[in-house]
Amino acid sequence: MAMDDRRLETIIGNLLRAGVLTAAALVLLGGVMYLAQHHSERVKFNQFHGEGAELRYVAEIADGAAHFRSEGLIQFGLLLLIATPIARVVMAVVGFYLEHDYMYTVVSLIVLGILVFSLLHAT
Amino acid sequence: MTALVFTLVVWATSMAAGFLGALTGLGGGVVIVPALTLMLGVDIKYAIGASLVSVIATSSGAAAAYVKEGYSNIRIGMLLEIATTIGAIVGAYLAAKVGTHAIAVLFGLVLLQAAYETVFRARHDGTPIESDALGKRLRLGGDYPVDGSRQVYGVHNVPLGFSLMFGAGTLSGLLGIGSGAVKVIAMDRAMKIPFKVSTTTSNFMIGVTAAASAGVYLGRGYIDPRIAMPVMLGVLAGAFLGTKVLVRVRVRTLRLVFALVIFLLAIQMIVNGLRGRI
Repeated sequence: MAMDDRRLETIIGNLLRAGVLTAAALVLLGGVMYLAQHHSERVKFNQFHGEGAELRYVAEIADGAAHFRSEGLIQFGLLLLIATPIARVVMAVVGFYLEHDYMYTVVSLIVLGILVFSLLHAT
Repeated sequence: MTALVFTLVVWATSMAAGFLGALTGLGGGVVIVPALTLMLGVDIKYAIGASLVSVIATSSGAAAAYVKEGYSNIRIGMLLEIATTIGAIVGAYLAAKVGTHAIAVLFGLVLLQAAYETVFRARHDGTPIESDALGKRLRLGGDYPVDGSRQVYGVHNVPLGFSLMFGAGTLSGLLGIGSGAVKVIAMDRAMKIPFKVSTTTSNFMIGVTAAASAGVYLGRGYIDPRIAMPVMLGVLAGAFLGTKVLVRVRVRTLRLVFALVIFLLAIQMIVNGLRGRI
């Protein structure tokens, strides 16, 4: 079946939904585990301490999630959520290319390039 | 406050934020940041991290519905995204060099004017069906659902829209908030795009811009899972409700809600700017 705008929109829509739902399921699982352990603990966030390395870097977060640590699971779900808009741009590049719409393939590639640049540049 | 109470309060607030954000194309930051900092005494850095999470959750959560139903226009979104992302980088660079207090106040005043115009100077002449020459060459026109059938629309003044988007990106890089407002205003007023297409396309775009910043702030340790968890889950639920309502709501009502939210954003900007907190 040839690629057209409608079909591309449906695919991007489905991809977004799958990504968001998976992310939400992970965050929910981590959240339930966290609350089961800490629900009556006092929490205060009035001072910024910054998160530890285990909640800041992809490899460490994935490790925490793989060991079923509640905060690692939440953070991994958040990583997945952050990835959904980027995946959306990647899908647009591929989709426009399959539509033989080269002008918008290039437009989407430029957006992707800027995204990657700002992520790499800042870290 | 216990962890359970904190989680529930943040969840409920985030649901309201997601609902408004998905309807207006503004993301949830307008509600999340003051709620966390003023109401719950959360440090501004954690609040910024949570706000970015909320913007992405609103954007991706709502976009799944809007893109499928054919409201948001991917071509317009992608083309303008070039301007916003470059603007955001320029803004982040400038933020280290210029004072942002005066800019925040100025931006607040611009938003007040925009809120007024959105309500009292709404375009009544209908949306043009034909694109202008450049809009045609860029194939930006499209169609969207109105009362069960699809309404065709054209796109105008692309260079002006593109410049405004660059400005929107720069402001968001400088001030960390508020780019959605300029995006909707630029599409609605300058490019003469139907209001629902403007808000949903803005909604589609803000997630992409926020994802770049979110990666950075995650690395700096601004994103705390204990705060972000209820924010994300609440915002998603709210955004889902928002997409259901958008389909049915009248444009006039939507304009009023949009104006109210950017009015609140304007006040926030002006107050924070004057108190030197931005």
